[in-house]
Amino acid sequence: MKDSSAKPHMKTSGSDRRFYWTVEILVALLALIVLYPLVLTLSSSFSSGKAVTTGRVFLFPVEFTLKGYEEVFKYQKVWIGYKNTFLYTFGGTFINVCMTLICAYPLSRREFPDRKFFTFLFTFSMLFSGGLIPTYLVMRDLGLINSRWALMLPGAIGVTQMIVTRTFIHSTIPESLVEATQIDGCSFTHFFFRFILPLSKAVIAVISLQYAIAHWNAYFNAFIYLSDYKKYPLQVFLRDILIMNEVAENATGTEADMLAERQGMADVLKYALIVVSTAPILCIYPFVQKYFVQGVLIGSLKE
Amino acid sequence: MKRFFQRRLPYWQMYLFMLLPAVYIITFAYVPMAGLRIAFQEFNITAGMNGSPWVGLYYFKHFLKAYQFKNVLYNTLSIQLYGLCAGFPFPILFAIALNSVRSVRYRKFVQTVTYMPYFISMVVMVSMLMQVFNPLTGIYGAISRALFGATPMDLFGSTSAYPHLYVWSGVWKNFGYDSIIYIAALTAVSPSLHEAAMIDGANRFQRVLHVDIPTIMPTVVIMLILSAGRIMSMGFEKSYLMQNSLNLSKSEVIATFIYKKGLGSGSSNDYSYATAIGMFNSLVNTIMIVLVNTIARRIGETSLW
Repeated sequence: MKDSSAKPHMKTSGSDRRFYWTVEILVALLALIVLYPLVLTLSSSFSSGKAVTTGRVFLFPVEFTLKGYEEVFKYQKVWIGYKNTFLYTFGGTFINVCMTLICAYPLSRREFPDRKFFTFLFTFSMLFSGGLIPTYLVMRDLGLINSRWALMLPGAIGVTQMIVTRTFIHSTIPESLVEATQIDGCSFTHFFFRFILPLSKAVIAVISLQYAIAHWNAYFNAFIYLSDYKKYPLQVFLRDILIMNEVAENATGTEADMLAERQGMADVLKYALIVVSTAPILCIYPFVQKYFVQGVLIGSLKE
Repeated sequence: MKRFFQRRLPYWQMYLFMLLPAVYIITFAYVPMAGLRIAFQEFNITAGMNGSPWVGLYYFKHFLKAYQFKNVLYNTLSIQLYGLCAGFPFPILFAIALNSVRSVRYRKFVQTVTYMPYFISMVVMVSMLMQVFNPLTGIYGAISRALFGATPMDLFGSTSAYPHLYVWSGVWKNFGYDSIIYIAALTAVSPSLHEAAMIDGANRFQRVLHVDIPTIMPTVVIMLILSAGRIMSMGFEKSYLMQNSLNLSKSEVIATFIYKKGLGSGSSNDYSYATAIGMFNSLVNTIMIVLVNTIARRIGETSLW
């Protein structure tokens, strides 16, 4: 997608050149503003506690050390959180994708008699909801309080994702294919496994990634519904340590350490924890970026 | 009745597919909606929804008369409005600027970088914000000491700084991702329009004003209307994470207030009161979205449904 307007054979005038330079510098500045806190976090996580607390880390790690990471991985709760988050992300996303597909498929077919009614059922739920307490009471009646299912069942179908999938199926599966296979005796269900699943790989990738990110970063439901720390996902532990300043029991040093060093270690631990919890996503993300962009674009389509 | 089934019988497999999704949406969306009736009851958990006495609009009146009402509503609306004013134009300007970048590689790189914060969790973003703006140990403190020789004020404890911190961290997190839709609209601009403008002697900046901006205007209008409709739907997470006792008078919003009244105060949890506040918020919200969507349909012939 080369800038359609910058034709090589046309000479760029002086004012154009000034415009391009201004824009390119502004864009670079913005990219720097976005990048800087991330780089600073990364560098701080590799620096010594003293360097961090005295504010000597500006760009590169100062007094390079892996102590922050050693402390993080010694920390029991990080492992529990990681394990749970993996479980919720994979399990939750699997449920999400299955449910979204079986919902979107019938709704994509014009001949489905109650198509309008079911579509309305879903879109209206986007518009109006019972809210916190009534939902909590339903969860309680279902026995989902303090259950791992509480993080995977509510939100099993994201209405936006469902509509994206429906639009995708509707616009990519040709009507003629449906008719031709029907003549050959291919049933609705058979068609789903034989054609819809293989032809919808792109949209499945899009929604899986969206769901997976949402699960990885989810915090609210765990915060509301879980009370047993053995079931907590990473984000809840992160909040306790990073925001509530709950001190890691084995993270601070011995009494002989100086106060500044101890405070510094707590800060380095925080930075290392941020890196450890966010790195998986940011490392995968550049490779799957195009799917997120596609998601936004299909989402803005009308059928 | 018989015809009803006869007409649907050939499609039984479709209904089979819809069965689980329908059970799901009814359980997790419509049963809670039915549960909204406890807003009109003095709900007692042992008596249940059927046994609790009706109190009419008592809790709604209670909320409208509560001394926190004005404050909580004001905080919600002012932060959301500020967020809209700052967060809305930003992605558009960014998309236009990015579209004028000559090198494709450079453009791709900037896109990758600026979409990144969108994928960082709220917990992590807020804690990064707290670390960076820590007046003692953060870079903010270090720079301020280097420039003014003094430890600066604690922004997280300051009621005047809170809205800026909230809104601009949101812009930082979202502007890249929000620009995707505009970048797509800009790449759809027909090259012939640019060529025609160039023949007329328009420079690149003039082409931004007279070609780029007019072509993305419909998208801009729709996005503006849609964001305006969400003004009352302020999430819980970020406000709650950024709250502390010092900034509470500015950071308490409807969502956090509901949580505290309903679930966050132990034995004095008031389910009915919290439900009433939530219902009030939901209603205003729904009215806003429907209203705004009607306007969108009138103006741009585009709407959510």
